[in-house]
Amino acid sequence: MSEHPEYNLKVVRQFAVMTVVWGIVGMLVGVIIAAQLTWPALNMDIPYLHFGRLRPLHTNAVIFAFGGCALMATSFYIVQRTCQVRLISDGLAAFVFWGWQLVILSAAITLPLGITTSKEYAELEWPIDILITLVWVAYAIVFFGTVMKRKTQHIYVANWFFSAFIIAVAILHIFNSLAIPVTLTKSYSVYAGTVDAMVQWWYGHNAVGFFLTAGFLGMMYYFVPKQAERPVYSYRLSVVHFWALIAVYVWAGPHHLHYTALPDWAQSLGMVMSLVLLAPSWGGMINGIMTLSGAWDKLRTDPILKFLIVSLSFYGMSTFEGPMMSIKSVNSLSHYTDWTIGHVHSGALGWVAMVSIGAMYHLIPILFGRKQGEMYSEKLIDIHFWMSTIGTVLYIASMWVNGLMQGLMWRAVNSDGTLTYSFVESVEASFPGYVVRFIGGAIFLSGMFIMAYNVWKTIQVCKVEAEAAK
Amino acid sequence: MDINDLRGISTILCMLAFGAVVYWAYGPSRKDYFDKAAQLPFDEHEDKVNE
Repeated sequence: MSEHPEYNLKVVRQFAVMTVVWGIVGMLVGVIIAAQLTWPALNMDIPYLHFGRLRPLHTNAVIFAFGGCALMATSFYIVQRTCQVRLISDGLAAFVFWGWQLVILSAAITLPLGITTSKEYAELEWPIDILITLVWVAYAIVFFGTVMKRKTQHIYVANWFFSAFIIAVAILHIFNSLAIPVTLTKSYSVYAGTVDAMVQWWYGHNAVGFFLTAGFLGMMYYFVPKQAERPVYSYRLSVVHFWALIAVYVWAGPHHLHYTALPDWAQSLGMVMSLVLLAPSWGGMINGIMTLSGAWDKLRTDPILKFLIVSLSFYGMSTFEGPMMSIKSVNSLSHYTDWTIGHVHSGALGWVAMVSIGAMYHLIPILFGRKQGEMYSEKLIDIHFWMSTIGTVLYIASMWVNGLMQGLMWRAVNSDGTLTYSFVESVEASFPGYVVRFIGGAIFLSGMFIMAYNVWKTIQVCKVEAEAAK
Repeated sequence: MDINDLRGISTILCMLAFGAVVYWAYGPSRKDYFDKAAQLPFDEHEDKVNE
């Protein structure tokens, strides 16, 4: 592979390939734990395969390994392209790549061993937390250093979203992970009680807001215009919804703690801010989808554009559903049920995964010497698109049914005030939904294998073409 | 002066800040600036080095 004269595409290539690899690993673990919830004997009484240990492995792998690699690949690519300069340091960029892979590997080893802080989405113990901080600071230096020496006057909107993502995640990670180490593998959080819960969900919801939303909107703001071959629908709307989004998201965390020991005013504040979030979220969705205005016919023939635009539709759906679920009376029905899991996957599979997959299909051919989107097989991209869409719909529909049913069964009371159903009756009634969820997840995962084959063949073809050109 | 005054003031400040962002984004004098920015992904320079 000949090196690009102007840009550092090596680190982008590495992150792009690992996006596909970690996507398969993370989603495979997801399908395994979905099967365990359906047929509990599948943990085979082996502690390392217990649901409680594999579940954080799944979430860490899909969010930080798959999502993280996708974000780092695209941000390093976009910042070079839109600032028209090379990354400030190849060495630091390589450190970010290998450091991040080391973090992922440490997670894959420690979590099945049961080494955990037990803080959701922040389970990794303190030595790994320190490594994450070092890698993240290097990432910030490379990104902002590159922005600072740009040759363009303006900082393109995608870079604004990546900047917010990098700064916010640094702050969230450092403050939520503050802990007192006891041994190499055990630490205690500096926070206690309700404060601990509030800090945890300030972190947890902003992981959604800044990692899974702002970062991927940055990706969207570059790849949707590029793939559609027209500028974004309204650049001015992107400015307004950027500032509104980052100003409001930080307040939404308390909606995870409705009807708990958290003070009522904080719960209400979280609910109101979550409702307000609908507006800036839909600003982004409308801006992305309307970019196709006047070129809707492209959707009929371009499977990469289908991935990108359908991902925005799922983004719109889940950012409508989220504010609704944050309303306290709705939350009293939905909380602790499978509805929450369905909501998360509407965002995670429908939005985050599909926009990343679309971006990778656009990007990978460029990285290996072809034109944008020129994958080995367009037909296979189309098949992958339909598998992703059908898998996601099966997943979220089954979880809606399960969630509503569980919520209603748990609150049903007899005329004498006793509960109509025991808890285990609601578990038994959830079985069909769990089977459908497993099937939906398996279909989505199978699509990822098709992607891996297509990427592999594309790289092979590009190598042959490069040889022939010599 | 109690905490509710503070809540009222913070609401007004947030509205003002939002109004300022909207004015800045939609102000007529910045139209060209943003139109140029929207073209950044299509800059000729970057497509040239792609070949």
